[in-house]
Amino acid sequence: MSQRIRIRGGRVIDPAADIDRETDVWIGGGRLLAVGDAPPEGFEADFEIDARGHLVWPGIVDLAARLREPGAEHKATIASETRAAVAGGITTLCCPPDTTPPIDTPAVVELIRKRAQTAGFARVETLGALTRGLGGETLTEMAALKEEGCVGVSNARYPLASSLVLRRALEYAATYDLTVFLHPEDHALAAGGCAHEGEVATRLGLPGIPAAAETAAVAHALALIEHTGARAHFCRLTHARSIRMIARARYDGVPVTADVAIPYCFLTEHDISEFDARCHVRPPLRTAADRDALRSALASGAVDALCSDHQPHEPDAKCNPFPMTEPGISGLDTLLSLGLRLVDEGVLDLPTLVARLATGPGDILGLAQQGAGRLLPGRRADLIVIDPDAVWRVSPETLLSAGHNTPFMGWELRGRVTHTLVGGRVVFERRPEPN
Amino acid sequence: MSGNIQLDAQGRLRHFLTIEGLNRRILTEILDTAESFTGVTAQQVKKVPLLRGKTIVNLFFEPSTRTRTTFELAAKRLSADVLNININASSTTKGETLLDTLRNLEAMHVDMFVVRHAESGAAHFIARHVAPHVSVLNAGDGRHAHPTQAMLDMFTIRRVKGPDFGRLRVAIVGDILHSRVARSQIHALNLLGAGEVRVIAPKTLIPVDIEKLGVHVFHRLEEGIQDVDVIIMLRLQRERMQGALLPSEHEYFRLFGVTEEKLARARPDVTIMHPGPINRGVEMESRVADGPRSVILQQVGHGIAVRMAVMSLAMRAGGVPDEEREAS
Repeated sequence: MSQRIRIRGGRVIDPAADIDRETDVWIGGGRLLAVGDAPPEGFEADFEIDARGHLVWPGIVDLAARLREPGAEHKATIASETRAAVAGGITTLCCPPDTTPPIDTPAVVELIRKRAQTAGFARVETLGALTRGLGGETLTEMAALKEEGCVGVSNARYPLASSLVLRRALEYAATYDLTVFLHPEDHALAAGGCAHEGEVATRLGLPGIPAAAETAAVAHALALIEHTGARAHFCRLTHARSIRMIARARYDGVPVTADVAIPYCFLTEHDISEFDARCHVRPPLRTAADRDALRSALASGAVDALCSDHQPHEPDAKCNPFPMTEPGISGLDTLLSLGLRLVDEGVLDLPTLVARLATGPGDILGLAQQGAGRLLPGRRADLIVIDPDAVWRVSPETLLSAGHNTPFMGWELRGRVTHTLVGGRVVFERRPEPN
Repeated sequence: MSGNIQLDAQGRLRHFLTIEGLNRRILTEILDTAESFTGVTAQQVKKVPLLRGKTIVNLFFEPSTRTRTTFELAAKRLSADVLNININASSTTKGETLLDTLRNLEAMHVDMFVVRHAESGAAHFIARHVAPHVSVLNAGDGRHAHPTQAMLDMFTIRRVKGPDFGRLRVAIVGDILHSRVARSQIHALNLLGAGEVRVIAPKTLIPVDIEKLGVHVFHRLEEGIQDVDVIIMLRLQRERMQGALLPSEHEYFRLFGVTEEKLARARPDVTIMHPGPINRGVEMESRVADGPRSVILQQVGHGIAVRMAVMSLAMRAGGVPDEEREAS
């Protein structure tokens, strides 16, 4: 069934293999066979993708995408979102455990995997719940979750009952070599808040979430990570000081990684302006200085991954006074193009962007060996071809996600996927638009 | 940037949601119009026919007697038909969304909504979703704004102190953090050119970056009221007096309660204001509240004239021609 494909003449970028040159990629048997000008011996292409003038990257690995299934299919489904993912260049995405029911039993893991396989677009990895029902008190059967395929464990944005629960959870997860994904937020400090505690929240009278809600939680978690020696990943950092604390811990040898979500690299508290509910996100958009710190951290490698933090909503979820709306931005469609905009703005170079979108997150999920986020001969052929000059406007017509809740609506972006391959199969192809 | 939704293409008031983003001309127009309406209340027949045939709905998602009553009286004195709708939070959680409620009422050909809601931004949200001919007046949204209260306070200050705000030093005392009244007063005072605006409270009740709204922050009452011309007290909600914000009523009164003794530091002709209802012995002692420098009861009376002014101005922008207004 699987075809032999030559991807011809694109600018192939794989920072993990230190590749950045115009060459060919050879695919067969669902695997990546070789990167180079000469075909593997005896290779005869079934067809060719002409990538001249285009970019060829390993597929994007998105560390956080809510698919809304099971439990909130009125917002989106695994089929709708994995399709949007591959159209946006994302070949692997990671589903946090806060589904309904949560991913706290192997049955839910199996259900998500099967739905994703049936849909046949992007690969879907799952994070298991750290505690039963995400209730923060009783540990889940993490070993069983891992056997069923969970790549890590997390309590999503739900609080843990005590420092003791976090300590035990870190220890227990480490027993099974599971990374613990932490959303650093001190829940008492953040309680009731819906915007960054700063100038804009004060002006609009919105209950604030102080930056210290994040830094206090990072400091607290770092102490326990260091104590237990567990491997942990900090999700969705928003504040300059958290990044400095984590960089310091890494320097001291603490095994932690971190990511940021792309909206926070562009938007600040000021984008809430006059109660724009599309900018209601958790954690909240922070200051321009924080946004700049996140950008620097992406460039320097102080954070390892850039993700969409995709949270699709139905229109009603955002149709209320600001504090009553549901937080979150739909982001699968715009992750790649906004990433390329960071390159255009001189924040990153292209190989670094690939490192943050593909290599870094692939490593965090422990999927490097399988070739996630890399162009690894003999491993999965998940890759994308990008027309870097294609200009498109974010609009209800161009968005494929079921969720149209994005503050980037109306933005003109550059760079679009022309082909997405998952397991050596073309799962998405964008036909050139008629002139 | 902000406030544009409040104005029509000619820059006239269409909605009244927040003071922020308006200008001195509009605020002065409101005050002058209110002045012209103070006579109406003194007449035998306390009515003018300006809004005859118009329907105004008081849409209150948060309980209120005083504010709702003054809006109701203001609308009736302008000869409008008034409908009071009180929606407690529980009925909105039963499934009908705020927008559903709004659409249902709009179908009854409403011309103006007066809205009070517990969440900041509710009035803006409603203004964005009403039909083009409908005006929205904010009667208080969360911690955000209570612009008619601020305007009646400005009206009171102008009556007592004269029209030159530039020579006035005004102190606002109390729970700034949770106060929509304080936010609107700060914007109004600054737009009218007040010489200095101060806020006075313990750090737990001062929101971050409040200085950026154009105020000086004081944490000691004695320093904050030094040489001020006007002191505006804010109501302290009882539920905020215990717990982590304030240790006790007793300590608050001792440190931030206004007494005759402490008033010696203010200017001799200092004016004392409070939006009511007063917690006597917490925010101020009775001698101050009932004393000669207090204008608390006048404030209440001014509320009707100011709300009449805002209603008639917003309705004009909504399409009532000036000739008709002048003829009536």
